[in-house]
Amino acid sequence: MKFENAMTLEFPSKSANECFARSAVACFAAQMDPTLEELGDIRTAVSEAVTNCIVHAYPEGLGLITIRCRILKDNVLDIVIKDKGVGIENVEQARTPMFTTGGVERSGMGFTIMETFMTTFAVNSKSGVGTTVHMRRKLQRRK
Amino acid sequence: MHFTSYLQDSRLTVLLTGEIDHHCAKTYITAINSKIEAYSPGMCVLDFSGVTFMDSSGIAVVINALRTMNASGGTLAVSSPQKQVMKVFRASGIDKLIKIEEEVS
Ligand SMILES: Nc1ncnc2c1ncn2[C@@H]1O[C@H](COP(=O)(O)OP(=O)(O)O)[C@@H](O)[C@H]1O
Ligand SMILES: [Mg+2]
Repeated sequence: MKFENAMTLEFPSKSANECFARSAVACFAAQMDPTLEELGDIRTAVSEAVTNCIVHAYPEGLGLITIRCRILKDNVLDIVIKDKGVGIENVEQARTPMFTTGGVERSGMGFTIMETFMTTFAVNSKSGVGTTVHMRRKLQRRK
Repeated sequence: MHFTSYLQDSRLTVLLTGEIDHHCAKTYITAINSKIEAYSPGMCVLDFSGVTFMDSSGIAVVINALRTMNASGGTLAVSSPQKQVMKVFRASGIDKLIKIEEEVS
């Protein structure tokens, strides 16, 4: 597939990397001349997906998280966030608002927020293999 | 992390600052709980004006504060969220559970 620019990041599932990941993607997206609101939406969705890899994918210890971003034609930012963790048995259930297997410091709203803030959103997961989140955001062209 | 708070007529305001994500959510939850325990207010207001970013971990912070206040028969409100924070509140539906005092501008 054709793209105008691309980048890939790989880092261990340490919670200190949540801020790093959303900031890095926002920096990459800056060349698309996004509005502040669009940038906020992108930062939020990336933060949710990366946090899920850190909290849920690797519950016992560290694993790798990969982020691939591409700028596609018509000002579309394509983001893929992938882990090789425990996977999700029932994706449909996991995407239900307020569903969480986490403790009191989770809200179960992560997938709902990714879905609301992005133009397209999809989750592929397999138990014992890992989870991949695909999302796209179309940015308005500013004149 | 430093949390400023003030008590006025049994109304406790806690000023939150910075970016609230999973990495630091526990710090916020613990700090808010200990303020509520220390002052036993009838109402607690979480002032979000200094929060520059929040993801769904911030929702958990608010829900935990709500639980703590409900346990003592008190109420919780949120005030002055910035645009990105307000968007997360709306997307999660928490604006239907808790009073959000938006900044008058
Ligand atoms: N990368 C992942 N690996 C394994 N499980 C996941 C992953 N992402 C999400 N999940 C599962 O989906 C549930 C819902 O996720 P989410 O909506 O982000 O809420 P929360 O993170 O607050 O639990 C999680 O509680 C977890 O069980
Ligand atoms: Mg989550």
